This record gives sequence, C-alpha cells and structure tokens, in this order.
Amino acid sequence: MAELVTRLAPKRIHHEPGQSTLELDHVYVSFADGTRGVTLASGGNYALRDLTFSVTKGERIAVVGPNGAGKTTLFRLIVGTVTPSQGQVNIYGHGPGDHICIAYVPQRSQIDFAFPATVEDVVMMGRVGRIGLFRWPRRHDREVVRSSLARVEASHLAKRQIGELSGGQQQRIFIARALAQEAELLLMDEPLTGLDLPSQDRIFNILGTLRADGVTVVVATHDLNLAAERFDRVLLLNREIISYGRPEQVLSTPHLLRAYSGQATIIPGEHNVVLVDACCGQGEVDA
Amino acid sequence: MTALISWFADPLQFDFISRALIAAIIVGVVCSVLGTFVVLRGMAFFGDALAHTILPGVVIAFLLGWPLAIGALIFGIITAVLIGVLTEQGLLKEDTAIGVVFAGLFALGVALLSITGNYTVDLAHFLFGNLLGVSRQDLLVTSVLGAIVLLVLFLFYKEFLVLSFDRVLAVTLRLPATFLNYLLLILIAVTIVVSLQVVGIALMLAMFVTPAAAASLMTRRLPTMMAVAAAIGAFSGVTGVYASYYLDVASGPSVVLVATAIFVLVFLFAPRRGLVVTRL
Repeated sequence: MAELVTRLAPKRIHHEPGQSTLELDHVYVSFADGTRGVTLASGGNYALRDLTFSVTKGERIAVVGPNGAGKTTLFRLIVGTVTPSQGQVNIYGHGPGDHICIAYVPQRSQIDFAFPATVEDVVMMGRVGRIGLFRWPRRHDREVVRSSLARVEASHLAKRQIGELSGGQQQRIFIARALAQEAELLLMDEPLTGLDLPSQDRIFNILGTLRADGVTVVVATHDLNLAAERFDRVLLLNREIISYGRPEQVLSTPHLLRAYSGQATIIPGEHNVVLVDACCGQGEVDA
Repeated sequence: MTALISWFADPLQFDFISRALIAAIIVGVVCSVLGTFVVLRGMAFFGDALAHTILPGVVIAFLLGWPLAIGALIFGIITAVLIGVLTEQGLLKEDTAIGVVFAGLFALGVALLSITGNYTVDLAHFLFGNLLGVSRQDLLVTSVLGAIVLLVLFLFYKEFLVLSFDRVLAVTLRLPATFLNYLLLILIAVTIVVSLQVVGIALMLAMFVTPAAAASLMTRRLPTMMAVAAAIGAFSGVTGVYASYYLDVASGPSVVLVATAIFVLVFLFAPRRGLVVTRL
C-alpha cells in the first residue's frame, strides 16, 4: 500500500532559482500531437511553429490571435497535456510534467455548472494534489480555502451551488481554486468573454493583487483593447509568434495585418484604423 | 395493524425471500453510489455496454465452474482496451467504438451460452436476473464485493470528484488519471457482477443511472447526492422484492420499475427543480 502511494503521488519539483517562470525554446507541435487528434501526413504543417519566448515571474501576459491561431494548444503545451514534437517547454527550469504549481482556469463553457458541488467544494478541489492520496482535508486546508475565497471577495458565496453564480462570480471562484492550489503560474482561457465591465475590472483588481505574491498570469483573450491596456506584455500568435513584447510595440498595424491576414481590414484615413474581426464582432482597435 | 405487520413479515418466513431482500438492498446501495459517478461523467452508454460485454467472460467462468467475477473482470478489461485501441488513432468516435465492441462481445456471449444445454433458462437469468434464486454463497460474494467497491470509492473519493468535474484540473494536480480511469472501470465491472443476479444484464443500466439521476434533481452536493441515491436504490430493492412476491411479477423488472416510478415522482415534484414546481 505504501508503495502504491509513492508510485501514484506526484513527484514534488523544486523550482530552480534564477530560472524563468516559463520558457519555450524552438517549440514545434505537429497536428498529430495537437488538437486535431488525427494523424495527418503533415509535411511541415504545424499547429505551432518555432515558438521561442520567456515570461518573467509576476508578469501579466495576454495571448492574442485569430481563431485557430493555436492559443488553446499553447496552453495545453504549458499544462503538459500536449507534448512538443520538437523543442522544449520549461517552467522554473523543469518540463511541465511534474509541476503542481500550474493552474488552468477553464473557459466557462467547458464546465458543467449543474455539477453537485458548492463553491467551497470547488475551491477545495484545488487542494487535492497537496492533501495527497488516502488523506482528508485538514484544518489548514479549510483555512486556505477560506482565505482564497476572501481574496476574491467571495466568502459570502461559499455555500452556494456553483450553478447559482453570475459569470463574473464563477470566474472569481476558479481564481480562488487556483489560489488554493498555491499556483504560481495561472493560465486563463478567455476569462473575460461575456463579462460586463465592472466584473472585468474586479477580476483585474484581483489579478493585480497576485503580482505581489509573484504569481504569473497568462490570459488568452480576443479583446485587443484589454490586451493593450491591462497587460505588461502581449504575445501575438498565429501558428507562430508574430510579435512579442510591450503592447504598443506588438499591436501595430503591420503586425495585426500579418496575424489576422484574412480577417482584418484597413480603413484608410487619419489614423489608419485596423478593424479586426476576431471572434464575435468584438475586438476592434485603433492603430 | 397486525395485518400490516404480517403483510411485511409473512414473506420473510421464506429464507429465499430474506436473502433476496438483503441482496436487493446491497445492490441498490452499491449501484446507486457508483452510479453517481457514471451519471456525472456521462458514462451511461459505456456502463450499459460493459454490462453486455462481460457476458462471454461470465459464461466461460460459469461453464468452467470459476467465480463469475473473474470472467467478468477479464472481459471488462478486454472491453476497455478494445475501445481504447479503436479510438486511439482518431479514426472512430468513442460511441461508435463502444457500439461495435458492445454488440460483438454480447453476441459472442450469447453464442457461447447457446452451445450449452440449458440455453433459454440460463440466458433469461443472465439477462433479467434471478433474485429469488440467490444462494447463501451468492449473498456472501455480493456483500464482500459490494463492500470492497464502496471502500475503494471512499478511499479515492476526492480524486474521483476532481476527475469527474474537471479533467484538466486532474492533470494540473498531477493525479494518476489513467490509473483512476481504469480503477473506475474495474469498479463498474465488479458492480455489474454483484448486480447480475438481482437485475440482470439488460436492466443493469437502470440501477446505475435512475437513482443517481433522481438524486441529482434533489441535491446540491455530491455526498448528499450519493446518500439520497443509495436510499432510493435500497428502497427500490426492498419494494421491488415485495411487489414481486405479492403481484407475482419478475423480480428484476419489479425493482427497476419502482426506481423508475421514484424518478418520475422526483422529476415532477422535486423542491425547486421539479417540473410541476417550476411551472406553477
């Protein structure tokens, strides 16, 4: 039995000091390893091609790009459910495989909100990896859950069933779950879609408080305005990196035209307005 | 009053009825508790398939005089591996693969059984159960295996909870997902063996899905959902056996009909979520 526990328990990884939080080195993902699940004779056809970039501890990064640009595949790569066909992904100097410090906040459409769990239950799920097999939550775990909920201003929601929340509240609960997980790298897939401005503000305020704890946040979004205003750096992606850097450098007309080729139109005039039809009619930006 | 007591007590003077009642309660509880995970993970079709694909294993074990559980487990694992192989390359959708394996192995089981002498009676027992034929030894096996299933579910409760709610979380917490998936599958296979005599292959799915579905309409947390499902399962078992005794109905269908009736009542009248309540 003891052997079973050690064999099944995750290996605890120690973070190498001085290493980037996240570092990709010439990473390729072929379609066979990526989202399609179908082996194509993909002669040089990659879901992601030659990605090299690094993220520093505590940074807030927006990943933008048209539909099918590979944002979700990139996240799966970082989580470790997709392995690169070539190249290396490192988190604090180790491959993703054994880290338990990576949290993924799913798109709301991927979650079954009729699931029989209260807010408290969902946040406690973040503790399961640390509690370990054949053990039950202790007082410390319950305290972590309580303080995580307090940090996202959701203590009063603890006993609600998760279906009884607004969209913004749901997102905050999943951030609380990541806090309970003691995550250091937080990945969020389209967390702002469908949220009103006050809810978005609230989420950015919470993300702002995470910076002090050295939590790194990577957000996939369709909203170029938000990417420009609320993030330290922007990664413009379309199967390969079009540009990576400070928002004002990345979100330039030539870059956006390259990333969104078919989906962007230039309206000539005083400011050269670039209209980008990113997702659902949103995502217009001045350049 | 005495009439009522004797109505309940009279059948109990027959040992086979007492044994049937105990077996029905155990199966009602074990199937329903495990069934909550089957329902939450959307594995109903898979569960139904597994109930059918273990037939060749059960028949072979039956013919060789082995414990039926061994044959069922072997074919449960064969089923899982076959479905895995068929879907792996992305050439077939999962439900298509399940369908192919389901029908093929079930046909193999029926064919094997047809070679033996007592074909019709045995097939009816496998398909619809033989609750009134539960022996003392059957009862022992049912209790022990049922207890093991509940114990394993208890031990891995929080891991199964995470895996059912959010697969990606299970990955980022580095839970042993493959191990847990196979474990759940083995638990389903064992539970099918435990329930074979009570409801039979054809109605197995009802014991997994119906009490859990009714419970899901009344509860907000998994532990209470499991408790309510178990209560519905046990109540259906007991009521089904009595109904079978007094109305002279086959026992397996009788148990399932009681569970279905409870589901319909809950669907209509559940507080907050029932159809009648929400429409008023």
